Amino acid sequence: MNTLMPYLIIGAIVFTLGIFTILSKKNAVGILMGVELVLNSVNINFIAFAKFVDKGLNGQIVAIFIIILAAAEAAIALAIILNIYRSKTTVDVTQMNEMKN
Amino acid sequence: MITLALYIWLLPLLAFVIQIFLGKRLPRKGDWVSVSAIGISFILSLVMFVRMLINYTPDFAVHASIPWIDAGNFKISMGIYLDNLAIVMAMVVATVSFVVHIYSIGYMEGDPRYSRFFAYLSLFSFSMLGLIFFDNLFGIFMMWELVGLCSYLLIGFYFEKKSASDAGKKAFITNRVGDWGFLIGLLIVFTTLGTFTITDIHTLVAQGKLAGGLLTAAGILLFAGAVGKSAQFPLHIWLPDAMEGPTPVSALIHAATMVAAGVYLMARISFMLSFDAMLVVAYIGGFTAFFAATIAITQNDIKRVLAYSTISQLGYMIMAIGVGAYQAGFFHLVTHAMFKAGLFLGSGSVIHAMHHAMHKTGVEEDPNDIRLMGGFRHKMPVTYYTFLIFSLALSGIPFFSGFLSKDAILGGTLAFAMAQSNPIHYLLPVFGFGAAIITAFYMFRLIIKTFYGEPKRPDLYEHIHESPKVMTGPLITLATLSIWIFFTLPSVTPLTAEHGWFFHQIKEPESAVSIQLGHPVSEIPEQIEHAAHVNGMMISIILALSGILLAFMFYYWKKWDVEALTRKIRPLYDLSYHKYYIDEIYNATFVRGLLLWNNILAWFDAHIIDGIVNGAAFVTRHVSRFSGIFDLGFIDGLVNAVADLINNVGQGLRKVQTGQIQFYIFGALAGLILIIIGTLM
Repeated sequence: MNTLMPYLIIGAIVFTLGIFTILSKKNAVGILMGVELVLNSVNINFIAFAKFVDKGLNGQIVAIFIIILAAAEAAIALAIILNIYRSKTTVDVTQMNEMKN
Repeated sequence: MITLALYIWLLPLLAFVIQIFLGKRLPRKGDWVSVSAIGISFILSLVMFVRMLINYTPDFAVHASIPWIDAGNFKISMGIYLDNLAIVMAMVVATVSFVVHIYSIGYMEGDPRYSRFFAYLSLFSFSMLGLIFFDNLFGIFMMWELVGLCSYLLIGFYFEKKSASDAGKKAFITNRVGDWGFLIGLLIVFTTLGTFTITDIHTLVAQGKLAGGLLTAAGILLFAGAVGKSAQFPLHIWLPDAMEGPTPVSALIHAATMVAAGVYLMARISFMLSFDAMLVVAYIGGFTAFFAATIAITQNDIKRVLAYSTISQLGYMIMAIGVGAYQAGFFHLVTHAMFKAGLFLGSGSVIHAMHHAMHKTGVEEDPNDIRLMGGFRHKMPVTYYTFLIFSLALSGIPFFSGFLSKDAILGGTLAFAMAQSNPIHYLLPVFGFGAAIITAFYMFRLIIKTFYGEPKRPDLYEHIHESPKVMTGPLITLATLSIWIFFTLPSVTPLTAEHGWFFHQIKEPESAVSIQLGHPVSEIPEQIEHAAHVNGMMISIILALSGILLAFMFYYWKKWDVEALTRKIRPLYDLSYHKYYIDEIYNATFVRGLLLWNNILAWFDAHIIDGIVNGAAFVTRHVSRFSGIFDLGFIDGLVNAVADLINNVGQGLRKVQTGQIQFYIFGALAGLILIIIGTLM
């Protein structure tokens, strides 16, 4: 694993899995897990580029940013889901269709 | 003088306007408005008349005109032409009109439409004076129609009575028939000469611009108007029926003035009559004179006798113009106006008294019927004496005005006949003299039956009394004017007015036809003229006295039996009594024919014209139906289809909005991938 490409491939695979999770999970928390996957795949990409292309630390700093942002965003998202649960007693996204039509 | 004429003419118009709008609300219903207007006109015309006498020139004439229509080649001017003829005529009209106005105050008292009567009288006076003063045939025609209108309004004054309203219509329509001829005559004049002004026509005809057959035709056609207006045969039928109007109307319009308008017109256009036209005029006049007199002898309605008498006397005047005795014709117009109006007013006085008597006794018969009268001279002396004077004048007895004028005419016709090569023209004096003796006869028959003898109806006789002064005053005035002296001055002979002011002032205008032809239209040598007049005078006096004698023999002394004679000549009597059935003939032919034509046209209108209109409506309705279907079905269908399309598309598009966020993310992602692939490609 001394080349860039395997890392990019892993990043792509994780990204795809994350997208798939977002699009197919019924549970809202499951979608958040998918969002985490997408963000972390982006992290992999950044760090891989930082090591093999940039040969500096810029990519790794961005990765730390993303982790912080992911954490913050997850907190807020869970807060929203909690509020929704309070009013709808469910976290099933297919029930969240008040904007229908 | 022109301003005088304008005042004389327009004052009655002012009176009419005031009277017709405000009359009812004025004190005494405004009779003083009309009376004072015509009174002032009378005084002013008297002034004009005296001035004329002072000037004492037969050529006097003033002419003032203004252009009225000026459209390139088409020019008509309106103006006033005052010559001695007009001044004398105006004097006559103003006098008789004034006298009748005063009389009407008494006669029409208590009538519900009293104010309107005076308004109409004023309108009539205005129209008649206008007719006299205008200088052009067109203006005369306008006034001609206006007097016809007034005649209609006044004859049909008691319009609740069907006979009265019918009579009004008959008068106007018969007049119209004459006017048709008048109008064609006017057109001939205008198209050939380009002017209506009488003085211009004189000049142009003398130059020969209108000649030959066309000139004769124009003369005869203009005469047709006079036939209608002056009730000559065959358009005389309206005048007897016109007696339905109030008696002052009969006196003013149908004795003295309006019917004289025809004679006045003939006097005015006499200069353009060719010899043939003159013959037509003379014969119609003469025949009418005789014919009407034969009807008058059998009539029992006092006003009918006088009506036929008027027709007969008008015939005399027309005949006079026709034979070239211009002065005599006009002279008779003047004298006749006085005594005929007097006769009518006198008969009105009698009828008024009969009305009163019938009212008192509850009798419901005809107040005009002389068979119900008799012996009235004891009860109505003023009426009787004036009536007697008028009748003597009408019969042509010396010492009265009528003798002078009638004799002049008879002399004129005799002179004419004697001067012609064709002896057939002696028919004219035969008509004239024949009518004279018959006139004397029927007038005195009337007098005897009304004023003499035993009262036929003592129940009515009891209540007969003389009329009030406002009615007898006019009678006395007119009777005075029927005395000879006023017309012969400065001479005093009762036998002829030749040397008097009248014959000096009123001179026949030179015939334009004579100038055109280069020789007189009708030449009567001096000695024939003289012989004719002398002989004529003697014959007419004999005939007049004979007529009166006959009347007395039959009706007063009863030496000869009227009834027996009537039985012997029953067919003749019937012809006379029924006015020769002319009304019946006209009814069966013209009236029925016209009504038939009306029906045909009405049928045409109702079926064919209306059919076309209805058919058009039918077609329109159906076309509109199809149009509607098209509109509703097709156009609306299109519109609806578009709307539906949009609706459906919308419905479809709606489904995109699922409300599920995963669906939206998927969409966004799919789009993003497509864009990336797109840019990479």
